Amino acid sequence: MKAFIFTEKMKLSDLLSVNHHLILMIPRFGIEFGFGEKNVKEICEKYNISTSFFLLVCNVYTYDDYLPDKKALLATDMRSLIPFLSASHDYYLNERLQFIESYLFKIADNCESKYGDTLKRFFSGYKQKVVDHFEYEEKTVFPYIDALQMGKPSKSYNINQFQSIHSNIEDELSDLTNILIKYLPCNLMTKERVMILNEIFHLSDDLNKHSLIEEKILIPYVEFLEKDNI
Amino acid sequence: MSKSYKIIVVESSPLLVAGLKHMLSGHLSYDVVAVLESTEKLHDKLISLKPDIIIINPLLIDYAKRFMLKSMLLKTPPVVCIALVSAYVEPVVLKQYHGVIGLEDGKQKIETKLREALQNDRPNEQKDNYELSDRERDVLIAVAKGKMNKEIADQLHISIHTVISHRKNISRKTGIKSVSGLTVYALLNNMIDEREVK
Repeated sequence: MKAFIFTEKMKLSDLLSVNHHLILMIPRFGIEFGFGEKNVKEICEKYNISTSFFLLVCNVYTYDDYLPDKKALLATDMRSLIPFLSASHDYYLNERLQFIESYLFKIADNCESKYGDTLKRFFSGYKQKVVDHFEYEEKTVFPYIDALQMGKPSKSYNINQFQSIHSNIEDELSDLTNILIKYLPCNLMTKERVMILNEIFHLSDDLNKHSLIEEKILIPYVEFLEKDNI
Repeated sequence: MSKSYKIIVVESSPLLVAGLKHMLSGHLSYDVVAVLESTEKLHDKLISLKPDIIIINPLLIDYAKRFMLKSMLLKTPPVVCIALVSAYVEPVVLKQYHGVIGLEDGKQKIETKLREALQNDRPNEQKDNYELSDRERDVLIAVAKGKMNKEIADQLHISIHTVISHRKNISRKTGIKSVSGLTVYALLNNMIDEREVK
């Protein structure tokens, strides 16, 4: 397995041809397309991104069973972690969910109103849950980590609190696929259903990896920082 | 000496046949009496050789007949059917078999599976019901109305443990896990009225 893992000497364009889903990572790191034959290290240096963290993300998103061991984790420069997670939140909320919502509401408007309203209420509830979930991370967890990275530990918060309340935001998406595939009775709108389903499957995969990064990389990393700062 | 079981193997891959034979060799209880590459002669062999077990790749059975294993074996002596799975086979198909052997299984595991299949010669699980039971409907309606497990248990005079087990079955059958998703399900199926939702 190790032999397939990406390295800093590889051309960025080659990474993308191995796993085209990585095109989604490019804007989240603020990288512009048209990067020619440059390798990963050159591009990361140009944009002042941590090369080791960029590779970590690409590897996690590409190889299903890839997770860094403790040594690799500690050797990773994590300055790009928080900006990356924030950019991902923004992308999920303002692009992906927006897109799903617009198509879902089109379907809802074409259904019998009692079904349509139910569908809208379900999605709005879900969206609010996601907003709350991200907001907690942005307003509480990330600033805490920022401060910790600068050597200023907080006395009132620690990462265990985050671990215990980190909620699942994937169930409702998978429920929505079942509703659209199996249960929503209006027969029409096939094209829109396919669009949304496709979109949800992609988003679910992405969110799964995102949670993996938060739970298996962010939390252990912060636990280490906490110990270091005592 | 204990009884020896006669086995017919139906598999087209020489590699798998050789591997399976190797796994079973040295085991006095099992005797591979025939190897077939297709199901063409299976019927005749079942009658002439009267095997105790057939180990068969389900994909070798015609698609139309694959779901009706029983009807295929109607006119032959009873036999224990084991699926030898090397590629994706639908769960519905596998449910008809007494046991399933996969590529990952080692010698020990294969022996255990054969023994278990011989002991309870009934197919895996007959009840593959995706309809909700009356009790599950009651629980689902209560969940959709926003009731907590404790309230549901009191209302239906059952334990919380039973409520949780019903909820697990509901999610397995419908594919829906979240409370809000279950509410949508209940509404779409006219089990509750919009006004009843908090």
